[in-house]
Amino acid sequence: MRNQSALRSKLVSSPYILWAILFIIAPMIFVVYYSFTTASGDFTLDNIKFLSKYLPTFLRSIWFGIVATLICLLIAFPTSYIISQKSDKMQRTLILLVMLPMWMSFLIRTYSWMAILQDTGLINSFLIKIGIDPVHMINTGGAVILGMVYNFLPYMIMPIYSVMAKLDFSMIEACQDLGGNKINVIRRCIIPLSMPGIVSGITMVFVPSVSTFYISQKLGGGSFDLIGDVIERQFQQSYNYNLGASLSLVLMILILVCMAVMNRFSGDEGEMVI
Amino acid sequence: MEQNVIIELKNISVAFGDNQVLKDLNLSIRDKEFITLLGPSGCGKTTTLRIIAGFMHPDEGDVIFEGKKINSIPPHKRHVNTIFQRYALFPHLNVYENVAFGLRIKKMPEKQIKEKVEEMLSIVNLKGFNKRSINSLSGGQQQRVAIARALAVDPKVLLLDEPLGALDLKLRKDMQVELKNIQQRLGITFIYVTHDQEEALSMSDTVVVMDGGVIQQIGTPIDIYNEPKNAFVADFIGESNIIDGIMREDYSVDFSGNNFKCLDSGFAKNEAVDVVVRPEDVDIVSPEKGMLTGIVTSVTFKGVHFEIIVDIKGFKWMIQTTDFHPEGVEIGLFIEPDAIHIMKKSEYSGMFGDYSSFSEEFDELSVLDEEAE
Repeated sequence: MRNQSALRSKLVSSPYILWAILFIIAPMIFVVYYSFTTASGDFTLDNIKFLSKYLPTFLRSIWFGIVATLICLLIAFPTSYIISQKSDKMQRTLILLVMLPMWMSFLIRTYSWMAILQDTGLINSFLIKIGIDPVHMINTGGAVILGMVYNFLPYMIMPIYSVMAKLDFSMIEACQDLGGNKINVIRRCIIPLSMPGIVSGITMVFVPSVSTFYISQKLGGGSFDLIGDVIERQFQQSYNYNLGASLSLVLMILILVCMAVMNRFSGDEGEMVI
Repeated sequence: MEQNVIIELKNISVAFGDNQVLKDLNLSIRDKEFITLLGPSGCGKTTTLRIIAGFMHPDEGDVIFEGKKINSIPPHKRHVNTIFQRYALFPHLNVYENVAFGLRIKKMPEKQIKEKVEEMLSIVNLKGFNKRSINSLSGGQQQRVAIARALAVDPKVLLLDEPLGALDLKLRKDMQVELKNIQQRLGITFIYVTHDQEEALSMSDTVVVMDGGVIQQIGTPIDIYNEPKNAFVADFIGESNIIDGIMREDYSVDFSGNNFKCLDSGFAKNEAVDVVVRPEDVDIVSPEKGMLTGIVTSVTFKGVHFEIIVDIKGFKWMIQTTDFHPEGVEIGLFIEPDAIHIMKKSEYSGMFGDYSSFSEEFDELSVLDEEAE
C-alpha cells in the first residue's frame, strides 16, 4: 500500500518535475556551462574576465533598479494605504484601475510613452502651444526610470495592498491608545505590519527593473544601456552565447545577493528598514 | 458635582445613520472605582467605552475628564488606556517590546523602560516571558500581556472591552479575581464592558445596566440584583419570575389571584405593577400549606440545585430547589415578604419573566444570534 501511494504521488508530480527539469534546471545548467566554456567547448575563465568591461553597465542597471524600486515604494505605500481604507466596493474598483494597464501589452505601453515623451510628442506639442520651450525628455535616464516605475508599479501596489487590506484596525487604535501620534502609527505600526508586502513588492519590482532591456532601448535611445540590453545583444546580434551566459550568471548572482540583503533587513526585528 | 469624579459623560447621543446607538446618556465615574457597563450586544456599552477612549466622537454631549472637556482631544493625548476585545497585541514584536511600546513612544530612557516592563510583567505573572513571540502565547497569556502593556503607561483610567470574552470558563474566573486584585492594588479606575451579568456582579463596585442606548439602572451589584428598576434589569441580571400585580396599599400586593405582604411602599392605590420573585427565594411546601399551588412541568438538574418549572394559573414560574419534585406533581409555594420586589410598569413590562417558552437550547440559540450580529 505504502509503495503504491508513493508511486502515485510520484506519478502525479512527474509533469511538474519534468517541466522543472526541462525549462528551469536544464537552462541553468546550460547557462553555467556556457559561462565557463569557449565557443568550441573548451573550459575557460575568459568570459568572466571579460565582464569587467561591463562593470559600468552593471552598476547603472543596479542603480536604475534601486531608484525605480524606491520611487515605486514611495508611490505604492500611501496609495495602498488609501485604497485599503476605502469601502469594499471602492477597493475593488481602485484595484481594478491599478491592474487595468496590465491588460495591455507591455510593448504597446512602452511605445505609448515614446509618443508622449518625444521632442515632438504629446507633452512638448502642448508646451509649444502654450508658449513654453519644449523639454527634452526622451532618451534620458529619467525616461528609462519613468518607464520602469510605470510598468512595474502594480507589482509593488498589489502585495502591499493585500497585506494592508488584512491589517487589523485595532492595532492602529492600540498604537494611538498607547500614546502614538500619526507618525508613530505609521512608523511603529503600519510599516512593520506591512513589511511582508513591502519585501515582496520590492522583489517584484527590483528584479525585472534590473534585468529589463526593452524599456531602456525604447525610452533611453541606446545611450542608457542596461545589462539586459548587453545580454540581449550577445544572443541576438553577436551570437556570443558564452559571454551572454556569463553576464546572465553574474546578473543572477547579483540579484540573489540583493535579495538576501533585503531579506536580512526584513527579518523579525525589521523595524528599522526604512 | 462630587469631588472625586474622574470622568463625566453629559447628554451623550450617537447615531450611526438611522440607528440611534446612545440616547442622551449621563454617567459619572468616580476615581478608583471598578465600574461595569453591562448589557446585551447592541446596547451601546462598547460605543460608550470608545467615546471615553477617544476613538469615537459623540454627535451631541460632552466628555469631561477631571473637570475638563476632552471632546476634541485625540486618543493618544488622553490619560486612558484600553484593553481591546481581541487584545490587539503587535505580532511583529515580542512580549517585552509589546509592553515597552507605550514607553518607547514616550522616549523613556532604556534603563527605566526595562525596570517598568519587568515590574509590569511580574504584576501579571509573566516573568521570564520577555523574549517570547506573541503568537506562541495562549489566550490567557496574551490577555496578560495586553494588561501589562496598558498598565505600563500609568493610565488614570483603564478601559476594558469584554477582555475575558475569548477565554474558557475556568481561566475566566481566575482572571476575574486577578483583574480585581490588580485594580485594587494599583488604585486605578477600571471601566469594564461585558454582557456577562455574573462577571459584572462579582467584580464591580458599580454596575451600569444598559439597553437600547439608554442606562436602565446604576447601582451596586447588590442593589441591582435585589432592587431591579424594571423588567429588563430583573430579567437580565439573574433569573426572575416577573408577574403582573396590583398594589392594594403600602406593603400589600395582589398577584396570581392571591394577596401577599411585601416590603415595598410608595405606590398609588391599586396601581398596576410588575412583581419580581427570584427563583431561589421561593420555598416549596405541601399544596395545602402553600400560598400558591401549581403543577411541576419540568425538572432540570443543575448540580447545586434543581431548576423546576411550575405552572401556576397558566403562568410558568421558575423555582430553584435542592429537593427533587418529579414532573406532574402538585406543589405549594411559600413566598416571604422580603422575597417580593415590586417595580413600576415600564416599556419592558410583559416582555420578560415568563418561563413558558423556556428551554436551555432556546437560550443558547439567542446568544448565538446576538454574537452573529
